[in-house]
Amino acid sequence: MPPSTSESTATGGGNSLDFDEIELTLGLPGESRDKKSGTKRHFADVIDLKLGSFVDPETDKSGGDCSDLIAGKPRSKERVVGWPPLRSYRKNYTMKSNCKYVKVAVDGAPYLRKVDLQSYGGYQQLLCVFEEMFSCFMIRNVLIEKKMMNTVSRSEHVPTYEDKDGDWMLFGDVPWKMFVETCTRIRLMKSSEAINQLTN
Amino acid sequence: MAYSFPDDVLEHVFSFITSDKDRNAVSLVCKSWYEIERWCRRRIFVGNCYAVSPGIVIRRFPDVRSVELKGKPHFADFNLVPDGWGGYVYPWIAEFSRAYPWLEEIRLKRMVVSDESLELISKSFKSFRVLVLSSCEGFSTDGLAAIAANCRNLRELDLRESEIEDLSGHWLSHFPDTFTSLESINMACLGSEVSFSALECLVARSPNLKTLRLNRAVPLDKLSTLLRLAPQLVEFGTGAYSAEIRPDTYSRLAEAFSCCKKLKGLSGFWDVVPSYLPAVYSVCSRLTSLNLSYSPMRSPDITKIISQCHNLQRLWVLDYIEDVGLNALALSCKDLQELRVFPSDPYVVDANVSLTEQGLVSVCKGCPKLQSVLYFCRQMSNSALFAIARNRPNLTCFRLCIIEAQAPDYLTFEPLDAGFGAIVEHCKDLRRLSLSGFLTDRVFEYIGTHANRLEMLSIAFAGDSDLGLHHVLSGCDSLRKLEIRDCPFGDKALLANVAKLETMRSLWMSSCSVSFGACKLLSQMMPRLNVEVIDEQGYSDAEADSCLVEKLYIYRTVAGPRIDMPDFIWTMDQDRAYRLRNRPSS
Repeated sequence: MPPSTSESTATGGGNSLDFDEIELTLGLPGESRDKKSGTKRHFADVIDLKLGSFVDPETDKSGGDCSDLIAGKPRSKERVVGWPPLRSYRKNYTMKSNCKYVKVAVDGAPYLRKVDLQSYGGYQQLLCVFEEMFSCFMIRNVLIEKKMMNTVSRSEHVPTYEDKDGDWMLFGDVPWKMFVETCTRIRLMKSSEAINQLTN
Repeated sequence: MAYSFPDDVLEHVFSFITSDKDRNAVSLVCKSWYEIERWCRRRIFVGNCYAVSPGIVIRRFPDVRSVELKGKPHFADFNLVPDGWGGYVYPWIAEFSRAYPWLEEIRLKRMVVSDESLELISKSFKSFRVLVLSSCEGFSTDGLAAIAANCRNLRELDLRESEIEDLSGHWLSHFPDTFTSLESINMACLGSEVSFSALECLVARSPNLKTLRLNRAVPLDKLSTLLRLAPQLVEFGTGAYSAEIRPDTYSRLAEAFSCCKKLKGLSGFWDVVPSYLPAVYSVCSRLTSLNLSYSPMRSPDITKIISQCHNLQRLWVLDYIEDVGLNALALSCKDLQELRVFPSDPYVVDANVSLTEQGLVSVCKGCPKLQSVLYFCRQMSNSALFAIARNRPNLTCFRLCIIEAQAPDYLTFEPLDAGFGAIVEHCKDLRRLSLSGFLTDRVFEYIGTHANRLEMLSIAFAGDSDLGLHHVLSGCDSLRKLEIRDCPFGDKALLANVAKLETMRSLWMSSCSVSFGACKLLSQMMPRLNVEVIDEQGYSDAEADSCLVEKLYIYRTVAGPRIDMPDFIWTMDQDRAYRLRNRPSS
């Protein structure tokens, strides 16, 4: 049952208001102003402006340039500042079940880091994050050891993780979702040590 | 006038008039009434701390005992207002400390409160009794320690939803042993653990304690100790409601709850272990207020509780309640006045909860006294909104958030204009409305025409053109606060309705289509408005006028432009040329 149509009133006769008559312009007389017409701000436009690329967590589509992946927010839903309208106090208490923080150790680094595996869409993305997280350290390593380092996966460090059974596994063997489910912590193992363990 | 009442008789009569509105009306009758009234006004409310200055307040009202101040705009709750915006309480406290030595109560909302402010409060006002800090920030537990140590007559300390730098729980131990006047304490927002023995002693020596809201760190097995010491409690907030399942812990807790014959409000329930929930059943029938919005309790447990709460008036809960729980609510809680349903997981597309618009419709049909609704959901239809409007014309507050922005009617794919139109047409006393979903200019036509009592309107991702905003500004006779984000509203509507802006407290517009040029013009036309442009990107002089502003906050004021603005806020004041010349080049 839609509401009855409004009647024009002195103050509220919106339909009949002729905007051209009351239009105010700025600038010198005779100067034409390039006016932007009101366009609907679509939610999608806001996302593009604010977030960059989007990663689908359902399938591992995370291959590609690291810079793309890190610039975009890899959440399960695009995020716009302040939407949905919830106080941060309330967001802090919303269920932790959607976070999975695991420790990341890099052989030789003096301290560990933590990452939320739920934030990422796939292995490649995660490795890019490690590259950024540990870049200072890596660079120092390069200077000290005078070796060339590229990405984590091609360098001296081998990404491994401990699963629920306590076994140390190599990244990439199982689908991403299974990895998120079973991973308890991560170690970027020096490949020299990995080789030592293999030969022992 | 030879036959007027003596002043003290008038003053006595005025002492029965407590509402601000009535007091303001009294002060307008004649000069002598204005004078008498201003000397005996004891309580003031300042809805926008920048609308007036401390000096002006003190000059007019020389003997105030209770002050309430609000600072940042509402959208600050959602991180839309940058840090450093303002809302500092210190200047107010400094002047009050000189002018109001008998000040008893300070209530602040969305203000920046420093430890220095708290220390100054604690030392300046000998009869200080009530401190409420709602959604405030800028202070630490050191400031709380000063309050605890120095406010000998404190009755109420409420920190609701403030962001506090939590250095330690030691602050609570600063209440002296001689301190026995506590009536209400809400520390639910604090993270760190307070000394339990200090807490226990505090509760034990506070015979008038009515409200005790603990923080998460207080373990479940300690609750019975506290409840046994304070069976007179009216409102109680638990800490984390979980412990190893032990029969003696359970029975002690159940027994302690059953002794609280006056308990009417419950909250807390972080980290629930469901086996402990029946311990509260004995108090359910007396409960009028229940806040489960921080609790991971699922629908079956929630339903078991609310089915016993026949006197419930207020329920705050997560969407874990689901439609089935809301149906139970509709059946069991016929006195329900306020319902708030928050999303457990706002950022996933498909939450694993079966909560739809049907739950809300159920409650609206079943609860004849329902007045206030805040509801987050993932789908809505015009037909559901019609049902709500028809069944609940007594709604005064309707805030609907469909989580996916610009979502249309999920059945017909039409805009939700007609549905919200029905709400404003039927609910003639509607004072507050928040819109969401796919909406065109049409909904604003309905609102402008019908929402005559509407005082606050929140709009996001809606409308087609300036006409939408014009409908609202040219209608809505009672509008006080308007907040808009990401809508295609611009200069035309604003400049066609300048006079309206002085009848309102404030207008917030962010990510809309308002130009700098329009802001300048508005400032020139309306000297009693502060037109503040928030611009964190900076702008270049050359294209200033046609550039669109990021965020705009306009409010009426008798205090002139404010002097505590950060760099990124621009106003058209006398120093405009200076500011333009001296902007850092981007």
